[in-house]
Amino acid sequence: MTIIAIDWAFIVEKLIMIAIVVFASLGIALYTTFGERKVAAILQDRPGPSRVGPFGLFQPLADGLKLIMKEEIIPNAANKWLFILGPGLAMTASLMTCAVIPWGSAVDVFGRHVALQIADVNIGILYVFAVVSMGVYGIMIGGWASNNKFSLMSSLRAASQAISYELAMGLALIALLMTTGSLSLKTIVEQQVSGRYWNIVYQPLGFLLFFITALAECNRTPFDLPEAENELNFGYHQEYSSMKLGFYLFAEYINMIMSSAIMASMYFGGYDLPFFNEASVAPNIAALIGVGTLLIKIVMFIFLFMWIRWTIPRFRYDQLMNLGWKTMIPLALFNLLLTGAVILAKL
Amino acid sequence: MQALTNKAQAVNREPMTFWERLYLINIIKGMFITFSHMFKKQPTIHYPEQKREFSPVFRGLHVLNRDEEGRERCTACGLCAVACPAEAITMEAAERVAGEEGLYREEKYAAKYEINMLRCIFCGLCEEACPKDAIYLSETFAPANYTRKGFIYGKTDLLIPNPKTEADALAMAKGVEA
Repeated sequence: MTIIAIDWAFIVEKLIMIAIVVFASLGIALYTTFGERKVAAILQDRPGPSRVGPFGLFQPLADGLKLIMKEEIIPNAANKWLFILGPGLAMTASLMTCAVIPWGSAVDVFGRHVALQIADVNIGILYVFAVVSMGVYGIMIGGWASNNKFSLMSSLRAASQAISYELAMGLALIALLMTTGSLSLKTIVEQQVSGRYWNIVYQPLGFLLFFITALAECNRTPFDLPEAENELNFGYHQEYSSMKLGFYLFAEYINMIMSSAIMASMYFGGYDLPFFNEASVAPNIAALIGVGTLLIKIVMFIFLFMWIRWTIPRFRYDQLMNLGWKTMIPLALFNLLLTGAVILAKL
Repeated sequence: MQALTNKAQAVNREPMTFWERLYLINIIKGMFITFSHMFKKQPTIHYPEQKREFSPVFRGLHVLNRDEEGRERCTACGLCAVACPAEAITMEAAERVAGEEGLYREEKYAAKYEINMLRCIFCGLCEEACPKDAIYLSETFAPANYTRKGFIYGKTDLLIPNPKTEADALAMAKGVEA
């Protein structure tokens, strides 16, 4: 007698997928740090890391090894539990985002139809929002537990920045959801694959707002106030060393990858390769081409993030808040109104 | 107030317009500037493989010269030590005895000749003061060392290889240093 019918193959399939996605994100994050340094260097007429391995390609491995080998220091005055919890939470939150991203259509392996998505949740975007908001707890807890006034200041900044920009982000998204009518990322991508245009055509202003708020959510320049080196020393990870610091730095890069993936999925057709008929090749190959396309889109977004970082300086705190509350939110509301009007006119 | 140059520009104190407050246009302009730098030539010199050329007037590590027959030119007159503003040079003179004509050019020579490379400011006044063309500043610089003592260069460090007996070493030193 079976009480619950457990599809073991399904569980194994999902576990393999989770492992692949997590390790791939870690690997990509590792090389994103390398990319960051290379892009910074090239934009500043420098060669960048070039000594470790051919073209400096082993540099991130050396960096990772260094982080692991460093001494773990927990300050006496720190709250030990929360001090350890902080980086773990930041890392977990950023990795959890990847669960709902559709990496490709579907492949047929060993007679099984495997969708290239860990979980097709029908409230995918809400889930992403929830998890991204969790990410700020990692920063808050880490900064508070360090018992250092600069860390605390920086985590307060991170929290208020995240709250201010999440509003505009949500409003920008609602406009998108009004046109798609679905919260599931898979559905949104499939609409774009079968539809005529990508969502960027329908929501250019919404995308711009979402992109700017994504920069703020990832704590990237020009919104990197939580780790403003010249005023807060190193921000919330000042007291951290070794792999705990590594987790914070990694989480930041993984956040970047995930928000690139979400932007690519929601506004740029996800795994859809333009001017290419997926039905003309075998479904497995089409799925792989889709995965490659999404990865290329992610890389382009990451390059854009870096390009912005090495172009403009950081906002002042009042400018940040003014931009968030007095410009972004009104623009997002206007976008909402416009979208609603267009939808009404079409009815 | 009168401007000293015609480069002064009045600062625009007008409040920012809506588009300026969005920062977008100026950010995009800036991004094009940084993008254009991707195609610029990098001025980097990859040091151990590539070395920057010294200017022809570069003053580096000192060498003590020999004449064509391999005899030391220095006569320990002390003019270089007197000329030295950093007081980096010390020497002790000795008299040439019979049978040493092949080693020293004149009747007097420097038995000990030391330059403290930590004191030396590489001004080249010793080179100018020398009446016998015995001291020259070469085109290398003093390498790093672990102790202060290591920076006091004696005669063995300073003398160039003998052109008669160590012609190869001299050619190599010239090739490396030139």
